[in-house]
Formats: sequence, structure tokens, C-alpha cells
Amino acid sequence: MTAPMPISLEVNGERVDAQVLPRLNLADFLREQLQLTGTHVGCEHGVCGACTVRVNGEIVRSCLMLAVQTHGAFVQTIEGLSDSGEVADLQAAFRERNALQCGFCTPGMLMAAQDLLKQQAAPDREQIREHLSGNYCRCTGYQAIIDAIETTARVRGRGTA
Amino acid sequence: MTITSSNPEILSELDRPNSYIGKSVPRPNLERLMQGRGLYVSDMELPRMGHVVFLRSPHAHARIAGIDVAATKGVPGVIAVVTGKELAAVITPWVGVLSHLKGLKSAPQHAIAIDRVCWQGEAVAAIVATSRAVAEDAAEIVRVDYEELEAVTDMRTALDPATPVIHPALGDNLAFERNLDAGEVDAAFASSDAVVEADFIFGRHTGVTLEPRSVVADWNAAEARLTIYQGTQAPHMVQNIAALHLGLEESQVRVVCKDVGGSFGIKVHIYADEMATYALSKLLRRPIKFVADRVESFNTDIHARDHRCRGRIGVKRDGIITAFEIDDLTGIGPYSMYPRTSAIEANQVVNLVGGPYVTRNYRARARVVFQNKNVMCQYRAVGHPIACSVTEGLVDLAAAKIGMDPVEIRRRNLIADDAYPCASPSGLRFELLSHHAAMNKLMAMMDYDALRAEQATLRNKGIYRGIGIASFIEVTNPSAAFYGVGGAKISSQDGVAIRLDAQGSVICQTSITEQGQGSESLTAQIVGSVLGVSMERVRVILGDTDNTPYGGGTWASRGAGIGGEAALQAAKILRKNILDVAAAILQSSPNELDISGNAIVNAGDGVLRMELRELARIVYFRPDTLPPGIQPELMATRHFVPREYPFAFTNGVQASWLEVDTDTGFVKLLRHWVVEDCGTLINPQLVDEQIRGGVVQGLGAALFEKCVYDERGQLTNANMADYLVPMSGEMPDIDVGHVVSPTSETELGAKGAGEAGTAGAAAAVANAANDALGPFGAVITEIPLTPQIILKALGRI
Repeated sequence: MTAPMPISLEVNGERVDAQVLPRLNLADFLREQLQLTGTHVGCEHGVCGACTVRVNGEIVRSCLMLAVQTHGAFVQTIEGLSDSGEVADLQAAFRERNALQCGFCTPGMLMAAQDLLKQQAAPDREQIREHLSGNYCRCTGYQAIIDAIETTARVRGRGTA
Repeated sequence: MTITSSNPEILSELDRPNSYIGKSVPRPNLERLMQGRGLYVSDMELPRMGHVVFLRSPHAHARIAGIDVAATKGVPGVIAVVTGKELAAVITPWVGVLSHLKGLKSAPQHAIAIDRVCWQGEAVAAIVATSRAVAEDAAEIVRVDYEELEAVTDMRTALDPATPVIHPALGDNLAFERNLDAGEVDAAFASSDAVVEADFIFGRHTGVTLEPRSVVADWNAAEARLTIYQGTQAPHMVQNIAALHLGLEESQVRVVCKDVGGSFGIKVHIYADEMATYALSKLLRRPIKFVADRVESFNTDIHARDHRCRGRIGVKRDGIITAFEIDDLTGIGPYSMYPRTSAIEANQVVNLVGGPYVTRNYRARARVVFQNKNVMCQYRAVGHPIACSVTEGLVDLAAAKIGMDPVEIRRRNLIADDAYPCASPSGLRFELLSHHAAMNKLMAMMDYDALRAEQATLRNKGIYRGIGIASFIEVTNPSAAFYGVGGAKISSQDGVAIRLDAQGSVICQTSITEQGQGSESLTAQIVGSVLGVSMERVRVILGDTDNTPYGGGTWASRGAGIGGEAALQAAKILRKNILDVAAAILQSSPNELDISGNAIVNAGDGVLRMELRELARIVYFRPDTLPPGIQPELMATRHFVPREYPFAFTNGVQASWLEVDTDTGFVKLLRHWVVEDCGTLINPQLVDEQIRGGVVQGLGAALFEKCVYDERGQLTNANMADYLVPMSGEMPDIDVGHVVSPTSETELGAKGAGEAGTAGAAAAVANAANDALGPFGAVITEIPLTPQIILKALGRI
């Protein structure tokens, strides 16, 4: 089980073929082999949410998933969501509200927030807090993040009305 | 203050119509962080870079009988395995003492342990490999023979004759003791109508920065120069220390600080494993990267607040406080941390207890003892949460004893707003505080009377809610009194250099650093305001010892007050220089001109005379067209350090509103209020967010955070699943209000705001919990307020 295994997947819309050790987790694969360093590693055991990415449309902790498990999958990282403009409004709201300080949790926060807003158009503050409860932020105290997501939901709601 | 007096004009720039001062403008460069395009040290890769993993002691105290690295020889990818003895050839040990902390002692500490380990987690060998994974594999096949020694873990018995002395050469386990006796304490207690005593116990906790400590050290043997990429708050301090212990000149060391994933005081110290990484790079002549994993972070990032403090308060029937007395004991691990020392926190506790109040009678003893646990040192709000919790806990106990409302007793004892300048019994000098104005504002914000009525109504329904109040003072803008006078080469001054570039934009180099507080923003706001240039055209460079003026960095709530003032003074000089050139070009006088909207305008009617871009073009490319004798100087540098007051004290008051479930012992935080006074608000939003983030760090200490050691010195919860931190679900919304009392020591008038939130949050929560439990007669003076502690106090378990 120590020999590299071939995997083939799509990352941010690009086809990637790679040889990975079976023990390599997805976070390290993205950061070290693909140089997608926007995905951060905080706790390394699925508690802090800094490494949150999307696999086949669902958010996952990339530190708890092995790279070999993504064979044939579609993976999206903060770089992909930023380049496509999918979270541009969320990012603008974070900027206006100063919903980040050191920024280390922010990619994971944006991933989790976008996941919530896709599921639920108008979450209340308690629901937002609940959905983000697996994403640790030491800097902000969370309130600015909740505000920014609430604002984005409101603006998006107006857009589709 | 020669710099100030050499400035030609009284400041008016900050009040101009287009000023950014006092405006909540977004911080520059947030996009980089939001798009995953930041550059944290953990993201860095250099050619030929090796990754180091430290093999760490599983024992709290043990003799190293032998280290056998033979099995690692020839393992593919392993570059070197280095022991402490081998590394000592390139790096000298250090002792974490400062001369102004009289009597403070500590033992020499090595980058990697030699012969003996003194806490669980101390490094015993370094394994360098082509990847972290390979190095971790190799670490598993290094054999270390330990002879376990008795571990000193309980601070209460550390000084007992029967307890082993951790460093025999020091004679005992007492690192530092300070005694203070001011006023007539015994007489004051004797004349009191009531005297209340309590033991306050604080859980040892830590910073849990989301990005662990990280460093890449790159010794270029061909240049004889070491470049250190590190997430640090104090680059010049790191430069000084690295050079000192590696036998280099400071000019041979460059420290570069890119994005930093949280700091809070954790990254303002010099850690043994970081020193080892610098030394390994020199030894192995290649870049070496160290990124702590989460378990290592818990075992080696400084801990803080492990205090037991007996407090005593005397009070008259009319609520007048007669005296405070404390006896504080704290255990700091086996070494005083380098170079800021581990005596500062206890020293601060002695300084700050009773700080908001009038009484002159105050006695204190603080003892700092060694233990075989991880090192403790300065973490956000150093000493403040201890001092505030003890003081405010005692004040509430006194109020309860004489049957007075907690707000009323504070109003009768807080220093009057018109009593300044004045000094505390411990000798702290207060320039201008606003305790009463802050309290009045807080009362209005929280609608105190209505909340009390609601509390009473709910109690009848068996719902137990409490209100907790905590007044506090905060040390900010430290002068050389903090470290410099004790011999530490940690600068208390900061410098800013500003220049107009060839297209009329501004480049600004500052010695303060950014970890997300908004150093870059406040610098750009000040410079933009003074120069009349829009913020988008101000580029701020920080965190690089090769490319910024010399200075202290960002810690102890000093960035805005000290670095901001340097930026202001430098911008004023550049502004004058620009106007001199403009007057020469326009055949006008500098007094008749102003800069606004990136252009030279008439001071009187604001009519556009010349874009800055055009001025820069002439200066840089067509100086031949300038009148004779004009030598434009479109770059200016100024430094600043407070000289009149050793510290710029700020003040504030917090309130917590919470509910205690008396069946389960769980606390639900419902709301939190803060009113604070940091002087001039440069960016109100950033100040509010510093306060909120600080409060939540204090709430973590109040309810969740504790490093749990067993009696053998084993840290039993060194991971984020078992060590609880505040998450979004449990945190309340926090309302922040301000009173503004600018310091007159600077033109800017800004004091610090980074630690106010953390200073008083736990005290407010503890007082609120006791208020909620009032009907049961339960009094708790221990944090974190776990369900177990609450149920015990209620007699349920």
C-alpha cells in the first residue's frame, strides 16, 4: 500500500492526472502537488473547517478525505469559486463588513457560507451560526461573518424576486 | 519631542472634508486573502527546501540516556537527523530574564534539549527530510532512551521543600516574586464594615491560532546571509535574536513576514523549535521549513493565565471600597520564555488589580514558579483578564455583602472623569480615562433597568438569567518601560518612510506589522488623509527588515498609537515638501496651496492647479525645468515613541447577559456589551471588530478553554476536538460603543484597542453567572465555567 496510485479527476474545471500515495490526504494533495494553497490546514482532524472544499458539489473537509478517493470526482477549491465569480458577492460582503482579519479561515468560511446559501435562500442568524459551527475563526468573534452572509442572502433574494 | 516641534504646521489635515480618519473604509488587499491568494509561511516553497520534524519528549521530566539514529541512515528522502548537542555547535543557549524584573531567574535553554527534557513536547532531535511525511516516518525509527524524573506539576506545592528543584543551580523553583504595599491596608480593612475574601482560579489556556507557528529559514552560504520567513509580530526582534545566537551581524539576517494566520501574542516570542530551524538551515546550508502540527501547537505554543489568586476587599456600608489585597500564584513551565520573559503576566496582575477605583490602599504579592509543563508567556491582554476577574469579582462580592446594586457600587468607587491626570496605588499614571461616561453609555445601550425587571420576571418562572458588569483599564502604546529598560532589544519606537512615486502615487514603508488587525489600513488612512491622496493610491509595505524602518512591530496594542503617529508625522513632512515644489512650479506660495483629491489645489477656493501625477513627472523626469536652487525631496521618514507616559492607559466596561440551566449546568450567552475608550478612532469598524474578536477570546476562557494536565505533566487534550474553542453557534452578538478621550501625547490621539475585549469578557461572564445563581447562594470564582463547576456549586453533583 505504499506505492503511488494513479488518479484522474477534475479540479476547478481542469483535468488532472496524478500519482499519489494512498495515505495522502486531499488537502495536502491540493496544496503540495497542485499548489492550490488557498485551501488551508488548521487542525488536521476535521474540526476547524479551514480545509473545506467541494467534492462533487458537496462540501467536505479535505483533511479527512484521501486524494485517492477523489478519483473520477469534480473538486472545487476557493481558487475555482473565485475565478468563476460564483462567490464574488459573498466576498464583496465580507470585504464591506470586515468579516475577516487574518484571513486564514476565510476560504473555508466562504465555502461553507455558499453551501448554506445554495440550500437555503433566506437563513436567519441562528441558522447561519449553526451552519458555520464547524468553521473556527479566532479573529472576528463570528458576528461580522454572520452579518456578511445575512446581507448576501438578502441581496440575492432581491435579485431573484 | 523635537520631531513634533520641527513640524511646521498645527495639524488640520485629519479634519479635512476628505479625511479617512474616523471612517469605516474597507481594508486594502482583502481580496488576496478571500480568493485564496494570500501567502502564509505554510504556503511557501523554496528550491532544495528541507522539511523538519521535531521528535518530542513524551515525558514531562526525564534524563536523555541516549539517542540512536542509526535506523534512519540511508532512508530515502532523509537529509539529516540532528540532536541538541550537534545543533549546539551553531547556536548558543539563552536565558529569559530582564533586569527591570528584579530577582527574575531562569535556566539556560537550548534550541533542542541536551541531556534532559523539562516538559512533554520539548524537542530532543530534529529530522530533516525532503517532505514532512518522510521526516515523520523517520522520526518513528529514532530511538530515545529516557530515564523518567519526578515531574513538578502543581504550582501550589512547587515551593515546598519536599518538591524537587527543576533547575538545581537556581536553588529553588521560584522564578520571580513581587510585593507591593501601598497606603494603609491593615487600618483600612480594620475600619471596613465588611471584608470579603475569595480564591480565584484560572484555567491555563492558549492562543490556538488557526495557522500554526511556521517558519522557513534560508541560509545562503554564498552570501553569508540568513533569510527568515516567519509569521511574527516583531520582525526586528527576531532579527536581533537570530543574529545574536547564530554568531551573525544583524545585517546578515533578514526577516520577512508575509500573511500571518492569527497571532494574538502567540507569535511574538522566540521559540526553541524556531531557533532550531534557523540553526538547521545554517548547519545544512539549505532552506528548512518548520510548520507545527496541531498537537505540537498545543504542546509548544505558549500557554497563559495559569493563576490562582486569593483576593480580599474591604467595603463600608455606603459602598466605599476601603482596600484591595491579592496573593497571586502562577506556574510558568520550566523556563522563563525568551526574550520577553514569563514574569510579565504576574507583574501586570499586581499593576492592574483595583486599577479603575479610587482607593489608595492596596497590597499585593505575586509569585511565579517553575513547573514541568509547557512554557507560559504573554498572550493577548497579558494579565488583564486575571486582574479584571479578581477585581470585579471582589467588587460584586462586596456589593452582595452590603446589599448594593453592582452598578451603584462601581459608580461610588470609579475614579471620577475629572480627576485626571492621576496615578494608581501601584504607580500607574493615567492621563485621561472616562469610567463614568463609559458606564453611563453602557447603561443606556443595554437598558439596564429593563433587563433587571426581565430578570426578576423570569426568575419567577424558574429561568435563571444574570447580568455581569466589569470595568477595566488596558495598557496600550508601551514605551521603552515595557522591555527596553530591562535590556531587551525590542524596540518601542516605530518608523514610517513615505515617498511619492513617479506617477503621483504613494509608497509607505512601516515597521508595524499586520496580522489582520488593520495596520495596513490605518497607515493608508492616515497617510492618505494628510497627503490628500486617495487610499487606493497608497501602497503600504510592512514585515520586512530589509525594506522597512526599524521598529517594534505590532503587539501590546501599539500599532495605531505609535506606528500611526509615525505615519502622520512622516506624511506631514512629505506634504510640506510637495507643497514647496508645487509652489515653485506654480509660482505661488506653499500657504496658498493645498493637496486634495490627488492634486494640488488652491487652499482658498479649492480650484485645481496641478495633478500630483504631473508634479511627479516634472520632479523625476524634467527637473531641468524647475527654478534654480530647488531640490525636491519627495520622500520623508519619521519615527515616534511615547516619552511622557510609559503607557497610554485606556478604559472601558463590559456587560454580559446570560442564562444558566440549573439542571444541566450549561451557560447560554444571550448578549454582550462593551463600551471602551481608545481615544481617536481611526477606523471605527476595525476598532469594533478588534473588540468583538477580543471579547470572544475572553468568552472562550470564561466557558471552554483549558489545557488539562494530569499529575504526571501530560497534556491530555492537545487537539481541537478535546480542547474547546468558541465556535459560531455558542457566541452572542456583541454591541460595541465608544467614549473618545484622545491622548494628548500625540497629534493623532489614538490609544490601543486590541486587548480591551479580552481584558474584561471573562469577568463580566463570571459575574453574570453568579448573578444568575444568586437565588441558590452559589458563588463561583473559577473559570472556565464548565457545567461540572456550576453543578458542583449548586450542590447537584
